Amino acid sequence: MGLFLLKRFFTLIATLIGASVVVFLVLEILPGNAAQMLMGPDAAPEAVAALATQLGLDQPALQRYGQWVGGLVVGDLGTSYVYGSPVRDLVLERLALTVPLAVMAMLLTTVLAITAGVYAAARHNRWGDVGMMGLAQIGIAIPNFWFAILLILLFSVKLQWFSAGGFPGWTEDAGGGPLPALQALLLPAIALAVVQAAILARITRSAVLDVLREDFVRTARAKGLSQRAALWGHVLRNAMIPVVTVMGLQFANLLAGTIVVENVFYLPGLGRLIFQSIANRDLIVVRNCVMLLAALVVVVNFVVDLLYAAIDPRVKASGL
Amino acid sequence: MRHRSFMAGAVLTGLLLLAAALSWVWTPHSPYDMDLAAKLQPPGLQHWLGTDAFGRDVASLLLVGARSSILVGVIAVGIGLAVGAGLGLLAAARRGWVEELVMRLADFTFAFPALLLAIMLAAVFGAGLVNSIIAIGIFYIPTFARVTRASAQSIWSRDFILAAQACGKGRWRITWEHVLPNIASVLIVQSTIQFALAILAEAALSYLGLGTQPPQPSWGRMLSEAQTLMFQAPLLAVWPGVAIALAVLGLNLLGDGLRDLLDPRMARRR
Repeated sequence: MGLFLLKRFFTLIATLIGASVVVFLVLEILPGNAAQMLMGPDAAPEAVAALATQLGLDQPALQRYGQWVGGLVVGDLGTSYVYGSPVRDLVLERLALTVPLAVMAMLLTTVLAITAGVYAAARHNRWGDVGMMGLAQIGIAIPNFWFAILLILLFSVKLQWFSAGGFPGWTEDAGGGPLPALQALLLPAIALAVVQAAILARITRSAVLDVLREDFVRTARAKGLSQRAALWGHVLRNAMIPVVTVMGLQFANLLAGTIVVENVFYLPGLGRLIFQSIANRDLIVVRNCVMLLAALVVVVNFVVDLLYAAIDPRVKASGL
Repeated sequence: MRHRSFMAGAVLTGLLLLAAALSWVWTPHSPYDMDLAAKLQPPGLQHWLGTDAFGRDVASLLLVGARSSILVGVIAVGIGLAVGAGLGLLAAARRGWVEELVMRLADFTFAFPALLLAIMLAAVFGAGLVNSIIAIGIFYIPTFARVTRASAQSIWSRDFILAAQACGKGRWRITWEHVLPNIASVLIVQSTIQFALAILAEAALSYLGLGTQPPQPSWGRMLSEAQTLMFQAPLLAVWPGVAIALAVLGLNLLGDGLRDLLDPRMARRR
């Protein structure tokens, strides 16, 4: 187990360093003169040079990379060119929306997908299975932002149960509160979850079907366990490995999805911050947000690897 | 049952290709002509699916929008397939540190979803169709590399490869003459599925303003324009989404059907 953890941890660190190099190269070296980009093509050369000095852009690239990564480690992400405030504060403020949204969506995805997948597998090749998989096929084909728009059309425009967008905030003094905030995140979370759940339901179904054919399931049924008890007690845990793998990969899609869905619902999350920063040419914010999202994807996949070992002791034993 | 889904997929994909091809020679109206007097018309005989906020014919915009989707799909899948399959074949043929390097690079690229790559490219070079194609294409490389390596490895362990080696054929000749033809079906199926995902990615990028730029019509941008008019003309937000969903559904069904037709063992397992 120790070796397994060590190997995975080493890969995690190497991937994070690699990701930081790519982000730095693309967003810091490729643009050439960031000060020129920020001030526009018509700016006076003296003004551009002064801004470059002020932003530390006249230092060698390697030194700037070192400073950036050193800052990342201690949580100092620099100061936004446009807002003039620390990037860390901007990001933390936006994460208070994006993280709960992603978690809500992932929870909904898991519940919907496992229920639908197990239901379909238990009725293999019968109408319940065919109907459920037909729905899943349609769910996979629907873009999440279009589904979000359809939800707004139905629940906000027609029925007027929810507001069409915006976020009231988590605290009551800003006119919001936990309940209104959760209510504002519900439609975006459903829009994200339904599409992801469609993919995961198919994986769950085929994983459960594979395990259902195993001898130990027949033994469990032979000793008198009902199909339901065998399914939930024995089959599901053994079918979880491919399901958890796909969930890890889906988290990356989900984070990308939050960027799009936040824009549909005008939610002030990380996705909106990135787009405002691209429009404002605030490269330091874009760089840190992209790095944060890439790091989240890598760390979630690391956690998924650890979960394998918890779910299936054979992984631990083989020291993969 | 499976053949039915293949047929449905083939018909829907055929319609997508037909719509794009037709739009080069004929559209009900010009998709670029604005007619503010006829803006936000409901569906009717004159404009089958109505008009948008600038009075442009929605049916014509949809037909021409199919071109952007197909263009992105073909080029992005082409990039992913050419580079990814090449790397996968190299990894399977050389094994050892080359394989390890290719696979670790593939793992690493997964950290950057296509949208993040597109955001980085847009931040530096500005938004545009070419950047979104490059972003999607790069994101596809590790997917194709993994699938190719896994399939190629199983071919390399077969007896006929041993026979070819005994005949004195080199690694690259075996790869070209024996491995590639044997994994072609897997790559065709994977390409179909990635094509569908590329259409979804292009739509999302165009919706965000990072993909196809005006005045070129695109389904994603039609949706973002329609969103501001949801109270006046809700149907405008429906048509482009239906077009995207049908195109993606068709390609997915085609991919599933092809997989079963080309590898009957998979069909029996389901």
